[in-house]
Amino acid sequence: MRMSVELDVFVGNTTIMDEEVYQFWLDGYTVNDAVKVRMEGGVLEECEASAEVLHSDTMDQYRTFQMCERLLHSPAKLANQLLFQIPPHRQAMLIERYYAFDGVFVREVLGKKLSKGTKKDLDDVSAKTGVTLKSCRRQFDNFKRVFKVVEELKGPLVENIRQHFLLSDQLARNYAAIVFFANNRFETGKKKLHYLTFQDFAFCAGQLISYWTVGAVDNMVEDMDVDLEKQFLQDLKELKILITDKDLLDQHKSLVCTALRGKTKVFNEMETNFKNLSRGLVNIAVKLTNTKDVRDFFIDLVEKFIEPCRSDKWTAGDMRLFLTHYTNSAHILDTFKHQVLWDRYMGVIKSCILKMYHD
Amino acid sequence: MPGKLKAKIVAGRHLPVMDRASDLTDAFVEVKFGNTTFKTDVFPKSLNPQWNSEWFKFEVDDEDLQDEPLQITVLDHDTYSANDAIGKVYIDIDPLLCSEAATRICGWFPIYDTIHGIRGEINVLVKVDLFNDLNSFRQSSCGVKFFCTTSIPRCYRAALVHGFVEELVVNEDPEYQWIDRIRTPRASNEARQRLISLMSGELQRKIGLKVLEMGGNAVVGYLQCFDLEGESGLVVRAIGTACTLDKLTPGTAPNTNTHSNTAPASNALSKDYSRARVCVRVREFPFFTLTCFPPGFLVHVGGVVSARSVKLLDRIHNPDEPETRDAWWEEIRQEIKSHAKALGCHAVVGYSESTSICEEVCILSASGTAAMLNPRFMREGCLDAGGSDHRFEDASPPSCGFCHIPYDEFNMPFPAQLTYCYRCRRQKVPDVLFTTIDLPAEAAVTGKGCLIQARLCRTKKKAQGEVNATAISNLLPFMEYELHTQLMNKLKLRSMNALFGLRIQISVGENMLLGLASATGVYLSALPAPGGIQVAGKTPSDLNYDQHIATMQKRINDTITKNKELYNIHPPESTEELVGSPIPDRQRSRLFRSTSESSDELLELDLSHGKKDAFVLEIDDTDAVEDIQSLLTDAPMPAGFYSCNTEVMPGIYNWTSGLQMFTSVRVYRLSNANLTNQGLNKIFTELCENLLKSLYFKLRSMIPCCLCHVNFTVAVPEEELIQMGAVRLNCVCVCGCVFVCLFVSGSGENEDQLQFSMELCADSTPSNNQPTSKPSGTPHQPEMSENSLNFNFPELSLRTTACKPRCSPLPEGRSRSLRSTRSMPCGAPVAVVKMTPLSFLPGTRIVKYLGIINMFFIRETTSLREEGGVSGFLHCFIAEVFAMVRAHVAALGGNAVVSYSMKECVFMENPNKNQAQCLINVSGDAVIFVRESEQEATPPLMSSGQISSTGADGTT
Repeated sequence: MRMSVELDVFVGNTTIMDEEVYQFWLDGYTVNDAVKVRMEGGVLEECEASAEVLHSDTMDQYRTFQMCERLLHSPAKLANQLLFQIPPHRQAMLIERYYAFDGVFVREVLGKKLSKGTKKDLDDVSAKTGVTLKSCRRQFDNFKRVFKVVEELKGPLVENIRQHFLLSDQLARNYAAIVFFANNRFETGKKKLHYLTFQDFAFCAGQLISYWTVGAVDNMVEDMDVDLEKQFLQDLKELKILITDKDLLDQHKSLVCTALRGKTKVFNEMETNFKNLSRGLVNIAVKLTNTKDVRDFFIDLVEKFIEPCRSDKWTAGDMRLFLTHYTNSAHILDTFKHQVLWDRYMGVIKSCILKMYHD
Repeated sequence: MPGKLKAKIVAGRHLPVMDRASDLTDAFVEVKFGNTTFKTDVFPKSLNPQWNSEWFKFEVDDEDLQDEPLQITVLDHDTYSANDAIGKVYIDIDPLLCSEAATRICGWFPIYDTIHGIRGEINVLVKVDLFNDLNSFRQSSCGVKFFCTTSIPRCYRAALVHGFVEELVVNEDPEYQWIDRIRTPRASNEARQRLISLMSGELQRKIGLKVLEMGGNAVVGYLQCFDLEGESGLVVRAIGTACTLDKLTPGTAPNTNTHSNTAPASNALSKDYSRARVCVRVREFPFFTLTCFPPGFLVHVGGVVSARSVKLLDRIHNPDEPETRDAWWEEIRQEIKSHAKALGCHAVVGYSESTSICEEVCILSASGTAAMLNPRFMREGCLDAGGSDHRFEDASPPSCGFCHIPYDEFNMPFPAQLTYCYRCRRQKVPDVLFTTIDLPAEAAVTGKGCLIQARLCRTKKKAQGEVNATAISNLLPFMEYELHTQLMNKLKLRSMNALFGLRIQISVGENMLLGLASATGVYLSALPAPGGIQVAGKTPSDLNYDQHIATMQKRINDTITKNKELYNIHPPESTEELVGSPIPDRQRSRLFRSTSESSDELLELDLSHGKKDAFVLEIDDTDAVEDIQSLLTDAPMPAGFYSCNTEVMPGIYNWTSGLQMFTSVRVYRLSNANLTNQGLNKIFTELCENLLKSLYFKLRSMIPCCLCHVNFTVAVPEEELIQMGAVRLNCVCVCGCVFVCLFVSGSGENEDQLQFSMELCADSTPSNNQPTSKPSGTPHQPEMSENSLNFNFPELSLRTTACKPRCSPLPEGRSRSLRSTRSMPCGAPVAVVKMTPLSFLPGTRIVKYLGIINMFFIRETTSLREEGGVSGFLHCFIAEVFAMVRAHVAALGGNAVVSYSMKECVFMENPNKNQAQCLINVSGDAVIFVRESEQEATPPLMSSGQISSTGADGTT
């Protein structure tokens, strides 16, 4: 005699959700896979349940999450919808987890255009990263959704994301970085950049947003945090004098060398390489008016500065020392008039390089 | 023209996109009451329209006010074609007709469509101005309060209990009218929803009239059901208990710990109740739908009385004269009455009625508990002198009085084993007691209680008409007998001697009958200890056989010992000697039952197993072996769980305010034509056990906790689809239950650790964290009745959110800065509304009853697969029903529904056509509660211009 369960639902007045199962759902596990993993996790012994019970529970939860997904697309709705009674702290958990992403996945799409084409390639990304296709799609759609919404909003980027999607500050900052990278199409996929983590890039994005965008000057315009300030990029051309004027270059070099003598083991290498390094940094600044060069910003930093230093075996300490004195010495140069511009440029460059320089 | 109904449509939000081209909607609203319709302007191109309409005024009779719902339809305006309906909201305005209930209805309601489900929300404001009308011939009964709660509502005092009221209305089911062939499913569903809403209103009005006639002002324990008789029509019927209730002014509310297991905390309360008088009229049925009584009300309990009758349905010819249906019920009630009389009782308490329909066959059932009510509370000459009055002279201790037999010892209606009461030693008590009521507050209990279920399947031949009805009525006595035996055995196995809240459901299907009996077992200290169970082979022949029996016996004994430990049942041994003679083990029943088929023939079965030693289980055939097997295979509850089907868990007194109400539905399909009784029984038992296991697993994060008011419903729906070969049988298990988390101080199970501190003064705020220390006795001592409880609050915070009726809409223009909306986030957080099938919320005090919630919904889909199959469809629908109940309660200004129940859940599917349909009927009482810690604080002012909601924490 056979008996099959045709229909099996459980609905609580307060919606019951298991965080562990939610994670399986987010990770794109099928119900059967989730049941398997849960069984191995030992929930069964805990409550003398059977695999059947576990399956039924998992199905219930999956259905609940599926019904909630529509609301999670505009998290503000979750708070004033009437269908599910979910305590506020649970709502926050649902949202935060839904918008969380995998570091390996985001590295693959960072700086890429969030277009249909990119979405089509997600199966390759899935195969490469081991993140399920379903999860990849959710993460990609999240990026795209956040991008679309904040694209047309005025005001600070991080704050907009935080308020519109009710995310934690940290997660909102990460999304700001993703949006910023997608908007400026920074190249991050080159082999030379593979060693950098998403967090490295997110930090750099934070620096660029804070100091180089329109928002750094005026905080009530559209796209203020997404686009680099045009005038600033134009002004950066003025820095060219630091490498074109031979006197200035020599003077700068001697000032830095005086300050560093005896304080670093790589002094000789630094002294020999100074002009090349300085040229590299200033050239990056000068070329930033071209969109193409903006895209190559990170690759340039690595090629022109980080790699030479690494081959000379600089430590992070050496790097910090050099960049500090390299920046400060320029102030003492009597013929150099662009102190404010120089600080705005070098402040960001310094912190980016320090973040990107892994010993 | 005694009333003016006013409605205002404020705004909408989250509307669906109706115009694919613009991704927006041009919404407007039609407001209809009776035959009058008003319209708002069209609010163009918005998903969050702000109509902010004028007041629409309807001048109507109060009769209509009671019958009709206010119907709000949201539509999408279309210049060139017909306007598309987005959805509807039906608002029952009955709560506004009573001065003590809600004053206005105001809030966000889900817009519901029977095909698409919830589609956005609408903010509505409704008020009623009533003019006094002293016309004595009036047809309305405005002002009569209705309560689903089966006890005297918490903030009222019963001045007079008038007795039983019943009414029934019938109509043609729109689903079966000829017009249904040409109209859309949506129109048909809406016609049905509207009709049932109208019929419920009419029914309530008619019952109200009866109450007014009796001189009462309220109906308590209002139980409304509807029977979908298919071709032959639609019956809506209701029963209740008419009362005159006095509102207790908040300042003098005597009992704050209104648990029914807490005893009266002060004399003030018992005095109040002793003034209550009960008027039972001789000609009427002395029935009470209450299950919980004021102290002193219940004198003796005789036992369960039940009656069933099998009827053949025929078309109701004249809906205005539903004589046949009335006559059927009248017949059954007469039987119940005579059964009660046979038990020496003059009243029936915990009374309820139900039906089970399969095609043209209908089983009508009624059951209750025969009881003696205190004659001092009665009006003179109101009662038949059923019991001999001498018994009432000597006041028996309140904690055991109800156990004493009401019938004459020397003229017993059935063979029973009587002993002197184990508490007072003066009166006789039976050895086992079965009842349909809740455990009386004053009852002394040893150990803890638990849920006991008896499950049974019986196959029957598929037949038609009279033959079928006869077959069913022939089966019924055997089913009752077996269910009863099962209950008795399971009770003994748990070493308990009484059942409370007994509910036996018998459902009929095409080729089987299902019986499910649920009750809460308990060890009453006043009753003798149950003996063990002895297994005996009928013909002990060979050694193997004897050995087999010996093992069986050992297993049973071990289980009993284990259960005693588990339920903490350690009755004082010494008492038995005081009685003088050992109690012979004898099984006997207090279950009276009769089955009749269109006849007055009364069949009374003696359910005792004769004069022999009835505790002996004879395993002379495979049936008996199966019985014992099933007895022993009941899975034990996981540690930390308790369960019962009554309001409170006997033996557990420390509750937290954590609460989780849930509904679980399962449909099984059996695919084999060769069904045997045994095989079916096994499957059915397995199915119930699995469901329970699933519940335990789901709720594991809440332990230690108790599943209270667990309510199982089974059905064997008729099969619409005929598939080749295999017989397909559906079996639905609906279970609307509550889950109350309780905090057991300490982790141990022994009595010392379960002790609780006492509060002596019930008027004061319980000082939760510094209990007035006066160590209580162990829970089974009589002093217990003077204890009130000390509640443990894990948290005491109360969040009060006031949201504006007009919430700021979502920013429509995309480019608007979010900063500007920051101060007014789109829509304030939704107020938390708790739901529970209990009549109270642990750790809280109900300060106001806002009116009855009685809602009926139909949902249909033609894209079953796309909605996630049957489970996805039903999951969504149940969630939607919860949402609509919560919204209505919140709009009335309430923050909880008590005595909530899902009366009906009918599910039909046709997977081949990708279709499914479901009907759900829910009811309950909308209330405002405050946490006990807050009781000094003023209750939230609901009459202010805000939808204020006293949201408690939504955490579980």
